[in-house]
Amino acid sequence: MDWGSIFTNAAVSLIGVQTVIYALAGIGLNVQFGYAGLLNFGQAAFAAIGAYGIATMVAIAGLPLWLGVVVGVVGAGLFALVLGVPTLRLRADYLAIATIAAAEIVRLLLRSSSLREYTGGSGGVNGFSGDFYALNPFSPGTYGFGPWRFSERTTWVLLVAWVLIAVCCLVVWLLMRSPWGRVLKGIREDEDAVRSLGKNVYAYKMQALVIGGVIGALAGFVSALASGSVQADLYGTPFTFFIYTVLLLGGAARVLGPVVGAMIFWAVLSLTDNVLAQMIQGGYMPTWLMTDTQAGQVRFMLVGLALMLLMIFRPQGIFGDRRELAIDAR
Amino acid sequence: MRRAAATGAGILLTALTLTLGAPSATAAGPAPAAAVSPTGSTSASPEAGAESPAAQPNPEPTAAAGDVPAGEGELIRARVRTEDREDVAGVRVTVLQDDELVADGTTDASGQVDLVVPEPGAYDVQLDLESLAGDAAGLQPRTNPIATTVDEGNPRTVAFRLGAEAGTQAGADSIGSTQVAQLVANGLRFGLIIAMAAIGLSLIFGTTGLTNFAHSELVTFGALAAYFFNTVTGLHVIVAALLAVVASGAFGWLNDRALWQPLRRRGTGLIAMMIVSIGLSLFLRYLYLYVFGGSSRTYREYQSQAGLELWLVRLRPVDLICMAISVVVLLVVAWALVRTRLGKATRAVSDNPALASASGIDVDRVIRTVWITGGALAGLAGVLLGLQQGLNYQMGFQILLLVFAAVTLGGLGTAFGALVGSLVVGIFIEVSTLFVPTELKNVGALVILILILLVRPQGILGRAQRVG
Repeated sequence: MDWGSIFTNAAVSLIGVQTVIYALAGIGLNVQFGYAGLLNFGQAAFAAIGAYGIATMVAIAGLPLWLGVVVGVVGAGLFALVLGVPTLRLRADYLAIATIAAAEIVRLLLRSSSLREYTGGSGGVNGFSGDFYALNPFSPGTYGFGPWRFSERTTWVLLVAWVLIAVCCLVVWLLMRSPWGRVLKGIREDEDAVRSLGKNVYAYKMQALVIGGVIGALAGFVSALASGSVQADLYGTPFTFFIYTVLLLGGAARVLGPVVGAMIFWAVLSLTDNVLAQMIQGGYMPTWLMTDTQAGQVRFMLVGLALMLLMIFRPQGIFGDRRELAIDAR
Repeated sequence: MRRAAATGAGILLTALTLTLGAPSATAAGPAPAAAVSPTGSTSASPEAGAESPAAQPNPEPTAAAGDVPAGEGELIRARVRTEDREDVAGVRVTVLQDDELVADGTTDASGQVDLVVPEPGAYDVQLDLESLAGDAAGLQPRTNPIATTVDEGNPRTVAFRLGAEAGTQAGADSIGSTQVAQLVANGLRFGLIIAMAAIGLSLIFGTTGLTNFAHSELVTFGALAAYFFNTVTGLHVIVAALLAVVASGAFGWLNDRALWQPLRRRGTGLIAMMIVSIGLSLFLRYLYLYVFGGSSRTYREYQSQAGLELWLVRLRPVDLICMAISVVVLLVVAWALVRTRLGKATRAVSDNPALASASGIDVDRVIRTVWITGGALAGLAGVLLGLQQGLNYQMGFQILLLVFAAVTLGGLGTAFGALVGSLVVGIFIEVSTLFVPTELKNVGALVILILILLVRPQGILGRAQRVG
């Protein structure tokens, strides 16, 4: 067992590409679920719209990257509006079903072969990240220290993503200490009370859905640019469930909750993945019990278990405040 | 009460033996598959896994978990069937790129052959007419060769359909009444299966308030349990199905006993329970994948039946029997809900648990019964679905949203609404393929789900009440 590489990989996962994608998506979900109490199970669709916004504009329509970013952001905002109109007046469980259905609609449409010329079918789109890497100020080489050493491309992606995370966290922090944020939290606690104060609950919820969705699209940008390709099946329901686990792990309704959650989430997954892989490689694991492919599936089981146990025993997460999370009270 | 506990213990025992038996299912699982292994296929799958240890440190959150031989080119699966849906074995299929032979193979007993091509790209898949023998000799494929494009990591399936004449594109350009009737029949068949899953989901929601996202895993459980009894212990699929339904009922009971009942006692909120059910669903789905593997399988019996001409439609006998079983089971459930004491008690609890409890109904017992019934019905739905389309680890999850659509359409919490909603959803999905590509047929149903929520959130049969 090569513990050195196991811990190096785990350390890399603390700030790695997956972590930033899920942290960003989690910040978006935090606005919707953590602060407004909206059960949006379609966050994957917002990320997909962001990712495909860039990919289709650049690679298929041949437009510049910034236009792709604009299309992704506007697309996510519009999707939030379209999704919000029929669903935001519904009870929480209906909202969950409707959003998960909407996310599946988006995924099925993006991967369908009838729309292949626009979205690349199930194979997705690639060859759109050139403009982004052309902006890379880092010259070729390795950057970083200790276990955190990245190629110039990864360094550039991580730099941009962490700046985005910082900005989003700042925005969320400022929003949530504003009167607007207090109304939002009030809606989460008691919608009728807020309504009786003359606030337009529906409009507030819609605004939260749009803001969270746009931040979700940012996660899609990072995901698409980091890998240089998009594929609709990456944005399936497991993506959303992972984000929920990330958010609940770090603590919903905390500004830094999703960021810390994503760091812990991916470090733990990397740790278990690598330990299992090394155990199999070293012959410590009997093959009838687990093979290489099965080791990859353990991750999903762990996430499922974590989601259950967190929700049962510690719904406020590691750093959350139980009083901040009203979903259990009703 | 005590008797119920005793039978419960007996059922639990079945469940235990089942879970204990599960690892051996993996050990013995590949054996029957190997017996009918593709003859002369170019695939080199046994070596494929050996040289790719999981040394990739970068984790990728892909939803699709490996059903392609890792790093060994891309997979084209050719399937040869007659118009009567009979699989044709021993047919040579070649893959060409720019008129150069890339891969070839011969179909196995299930009419399939896996062809491995070196890289993604455009290929022509050609069927060798000379190799058609026996009953299939002289038949013509509708299209030959078939052009296909292979994407990275996505196995492509190419289907040849053999008919008496070449290129009879029956009904492709005009919508005939036969075609509509056939689609309605298919929709009814699918709708009845959804209905069995939907009634359980709806009853559980009605009595406990839980929106159970893990209901789909009960469906998969039934199908996989039947597969286990069918192939590993070698029972006929009918016996296996009966055992699987019993096991599913036990699994439903276990779900409630081990998880939901304690949570209800703790006073966990409904939304929290819903998220727990999502976690459970994810956990169970990948547990199935872990034990069962990512490939699609079929039961041993009733796989290559000829369709019967019935007036306007053509259905296999097994489909007819499945439909008959569904109808009978649904009628029995409906009758039980309306006529029996327990059924009335169930509806009373759905209506108002506190009032029901106050009027002497044992709410816990009702909930237990609902979970057992719901589990058994879902398991039966899984078996029937498996008979029609084959099994895989996420077959339940693939229909979950359709089940939700059916339940919402009919009115969440009403059993009869779920029934009506399911039939509407099933038929709608199939008939919609007249207008939308088949791969998008589920999209229509999901759009309807959202539209229904917009217009009539209480559903067709639901009582108007405030849901937001």
